[in-house]
Amino acid sequence: MRYVDEFRDPEIITRTCEEIRRLADPGRHYRIMEVCGGHTHAIYRFGLKDVLPDNLELIHGPGCPVCVLPMGRIDDGLALGKQPNVVFTAFGDMMRVPGAHGSPLEHKAAGMDVRIVYSPSDALKLARNNPDKHVMFFAIGFETTAPSTALTLMRAKAEGIRNFSVFCNHVTIIPAIRAILDSPDMRLDAFIGPGHVSTVIGCRPYEWIARDEKKPIVVSGFEPLDLLQSVVMLLRQLKEGRAVVENQYARVVPWEGNRAALAAMAEVFQLRPYFEWRGLGFISQSALRIRDSYAAWDAEKVFDVAGVRVTDPKAAQCGEVLKGVLKPVQCKLFGRECTPERPVGALMVSSEGSCAAYYNYEHRKAAASKRDLAPV
Amino acid sequence: MAHGAGGKATRRLVDGLFAPLLLDGAGVRLSDAAQLEVDGARLAVTTDGFVVTPVSFPGGSIGELAVNGTVNDLAVSGARAVGIVVSFVLEAGLPTEVLEAEVRAMAKAARAAGVPILGGDTKVVEHGKTDRMYITTTGIGRMLPGVTIDPGSVRPGDRILLSGPIGDHGITILLARGELDLEAQLRSDTRSVFPLVEALIDAAAAGLRWMRDPTRGGVATSLNELALDSGLGIHISEEQIPVRDEVRGACELLGLDPLHIANEGQFLAVVSAELADAALAALRAAPGGENAASIGEVRKEPAAAVLVTTRYGGTRIVDMLVGDPLPRIC
Repeated sequence: MRYVDEFRDPEIITRTCEEIRRLADPGRHYRIMEVCGGHTHAIYRFGLKDVLPDNLELIHGPGCPVCVLPMGRIDDGLALGKQPNVVFTAFGDMMRVPGAHGSPLEHKAAGMDVRIVYSPSDALKLARNNPDKHVMFFAIGFETTAPSTALTLMRAKAEGIRNFSVFCNHVTIIPAIRAILDSPDMRLDAFIGPGHVSTVIGCRPYEWIARDEKKPIVVSGFEPLDLLQSVVMLLRQLKEGRAVVENQYARVVPWEGNRAALAAMAEVFQLRPYFEWRGLGFISQSALRIRDSYAAWDAEKVFDVAGVRVTDPKAAQCGEVLKGVLKPVQCKLFGRECTPERPVGALMVSSEGSCAAYYNYEHRKAAASKRDLAPV
Repeated sequence: MAHGAGGKATRRLVDGLFAPLLLDGAGVRLSDAAQLEVDGARLAVTTDGFVVTPVSFPGGSIGELAVNGTVNDLAVSGARAVGIVVSFVLEAGLPTEVLEAEVRAMAKAARAAGVPILGGDTKVVEHGKTDRMYITTTGIGRMLPGVTIDPGSVRPGDRILLSGPIGDHGITILLARGELDLEAQLRSDTRSVFPLVEALIDAAAAGLRWMRDPTRGGVATSLNELALDSGLGIHISEEQIPVRDEVRGACELLGLDPLHIANEGQFLAVVSAELADAALAALRAAPGGENAASIGEVRKEPAAAVLVTTRYGGTRIVDMLVGDPLPRIC
């Protein structure tokens, strides 16, 4: 099966959209949150809003691991990069994220040794091949990317590579969803569950959403048909008054998750007592830190990290957009002071950020839907 | 770095700094070549610097790019290249074999394009001050009769033609850098597009409004430049755009859009509705033009923007990149 073609088949998509129209109650306004930033981008990239009925609103959730990092953590990472002989490595996604004094790319232009890596093992390889340098990997991501960071640290320890460290900014998805549901501003009917996080944690961690909060949640893939089929499954649950966890992405996501990945994470990481999230404030047990048994590779132990708290510019409304309370276009800075070229916050440059998705794919469409501009 | 990537930052640099200070006269239409009249002869002149790494890659090398790139800039300006001069900036310590290989490649490309290399200049800088070699080529060409390239002449209803599959060059380079654990049977598409341009002009000169070769920044950037210069809406249909499976696969994996990837052997043309079919037929009949396609049309709205439609009716705006395309990870 050539997934890219089959899951974009226009005839099946048309039939699925007809099914959605049949299931959606015209007297009801549906508010469905897609948690994952990758889903936000897929929705815009494939123009799915154009094929969904007007009374079905997709709300963008905080599932962008770069966007939820407070600026101070970026600055802390960059300060580490300024140390002599340190090579600052990170995924390409991090490169344009603004710190208080510039992004990693801007620091690179000013002479800092900044390199894009495609996996943490690339950073470790760099360390292996450059014994005179210290390679620091700025680790970001939800549970999706945490296992590969864990495996890399295990390998660094096993091989005794001492010129390597990780600045760990991994966060966990469940506390973010809990914070959304606890927020008084949100009225949501259902969730499109994260796709790739679930390949690691499985579907069980979402059961409380259905059981206690009575909201249906369907774990979804990223192709147009994945998302549309997930909407069908959610509408069926809502119509039948059910609320359960379902797995639309069963071809990739195992219900029990990936035991080996979870074991690696447990070996290397433990939960921080609390961590600051942009827009959501301090959330307890929501982020990972490196265990003491791996302290020699923990950048926060190897180096002095200032731990500066940097507040976002007053006018920026990154937090509200992250929570889904505001649509990107409703932020006062959107498209004016804040653009992908001169971003105020990470949401405008990250490939998972909803402002970036909206700006790059949507906002100049002549047929700007009234719904996009109406208050939430 | 973003200022060299061919997208928004480059345009701002040119519009904001170079053009006002360097260019003579308001209303100079910036395009791929400058046009001038000398004693009744309509000439075009263009210059381009080549800084690619690695120097050599499947399907070509910096030398070929340097020749074909300049020939193509003249071609999409409606001119036949008549001569090229070359400037080399070489890194001290560059092995002679590498230099010789590039010089041979340039000679071969120039012969294939039928354009003489007339002369040049060489400078050597200290080791570490340049990345092996930088090549700049300046080309002079003669405007073909009956051709006026002007984004201001583009009208709603005009059709947009593309000479062949996109993304080959950029993805080849990305893979050739060896940073990714990806392999594919891909080659750079570097070639002179002049024969195809000539075929199109023979068939449809009266209806030809605009051409561009989508190098850095890809088709998206070129079409956005057209949208901005004409103030009109450019509508393209995703399923009409020719993309090789390998390019699509690599782009899907990396989270890149083929529309943003550099090409070195393709061009876009806007042709009036009446002559578009004849133009497309002429391209397809010419050697190397078999995969030419009609990918969209010009409309009034959305003004100054490029809109892509999927097969099932979804739409999205395609913007210019800010800097280089960065592969996404998660």
